[in-house]
Amino acid sequence: MKFIQEYQNPEQVHRLAREIADVVSEPMSFMEVCGTHAHAVARYGLHELFPEQLGLISGPGCPVCVTPPEVIDAAVRLAQEGVWVAAFGDMMKVPGSQGTLSGVKAQGGQVRIVYSPMQSVEWAQENPGEQIVFMGVGFETTVPSVAVSIGEAKQLGLRNFSVLVAHRLIPPAMEVLVDQPDVQIDGFLCPGHVSAIIGSKPYQPLADGGIPCVVAGFEPLDILQGVYVLARMRQEGKARVANQYKRVVRREGNPVALAKIKEVFEVTDCRWRGLGVMPDSGLRLREEYEDFDAEKRFELDLLPVAEPPGCECGAILRGAKHPTDCGLFGSACRPDHPIGPCMVSSEGACAAVYRYERVEGD
Amino acid sequence: MCVALPCKLVEIDGNRGVAELGGSQVKMRLDLLPDAQVGDYVLVHAGFAIEKLDEEEAHKTLDVLDELGWWE
Ligand code: SF4
Repeated sequence: MKFIQEYQNPEQVHRLAREIADVVSEPMSFMEVCGTHAHAVARYGLHELFPEQLGLISGPGCPVCVTPPEVIDAAVRLAQEGVWVAAFGDMMKVPGSQGTLSGVKAQGGQVRIVYSPMQSVEWAQENPGEQIVFMGVGFETTVPSVAVSIGEAKQLGLRNFSVLVAHRLIPPAMEVLVDQPDVQIDGFLCPGHVSAIIGSKPYQPLADGGIPCVVAGFEPLDILQGVYVLARMRQEGKARVANQYKRVVRREGNPVALAKIKEVFEVTDCRWRGLGVMPDSGLRLREEYEDFDAEKRFELDLLPVAEPPGCECGAILRGAKHPTDCGLFGSACRPDHPIGPCMVSSEGACAAVYRYERVEGD
Repeated sequence: MCVALPCKLVEIDGNRGVAELGGSQVKMRLDLLPDAQVGDYVLVHAGFAIEKLDEEEAHKTLDVLDELGWWE
């Protein structure tokens, strides 16, 4: 058991696809709230297997895509002013209104790609004469790692390390999305790795409100099983929380990770790129950790800035539009020349559709 | 960005661990999974093990189409 190939068995995939076709007897529209799901669906061509009546729409689940441009602008400005900036690789090419991190790196700025926030703490330790800022982007999956790293920096007494906090929380966003008048959501395919941290419990209020929720993994069988159970619940008029990803997700989540988050961060209202401000949907550092807040240390003013003209990322992130509805898709906006954030990250809806679903000449 | 890969822990030293993934070694922190043991399959994300994989549950998911037992 390696926990991957077993969930890709083509025979089982096709059997499940037939079962899904049997239970989808009326139009149903489910949202996957996770960029990793969106990417897997596109990569394995799962849309092809679904009956016509079933729509699987992408939600805002790509942390890179929902990071507001003013946060990217702030990081770019810091790097231009000589601060050393560490970020996950996905962030490098995301355009703010003043360019990208890779742009400022090309001009000689100190910008480094890290795969773990801990590497930025080490970078700060090795370079006591420099100010190091880590871009804290990511959902609940990533937040505990950042919390531990900040805790470590505090323990080490580092005076040259801080975090530009842009973390976002998934369940509060789902609560907002489900109330949109122009987007029909009949069920949620809940994000497996966010749920590894928070558990399946936070989705209960949505189910109580009549929306079926299934936590699912990321292999083809996981996703199809998740969709199958959502369709069954719809057909039977039930709304509950189910957990298809029990090999990883416990009902209560990871209590150690949750405690780390709580120790370092507190919940606050936050702006999402394309979606606006949503109540209790983000995090900020607690007072005990404010020395590590880059916003305070560098007195950053994060005023909302306008999106690139013509970009439909906002409507795409809330499930109201498909990437191909955007006039710039595939012409002015391509992965090698992205205009909006949804085209940058491989998990962005536009990038996934461009890479896997676009027919040449479209 | 929430990609997390399953790999097998082969070494533990305090809050640090080493796992095997496709023939190469992956270093990680174990702060979020303090009871991890050598031999466990863990999910690694951003340099941290975030959860353990449960082999029994993994088999169950493969065996059944029936969603009984999934309800929370
Ligand atoms: S194709 Fe480009 S410009 Fe259009 S919505 Fe997607 S990212 Fe924005």
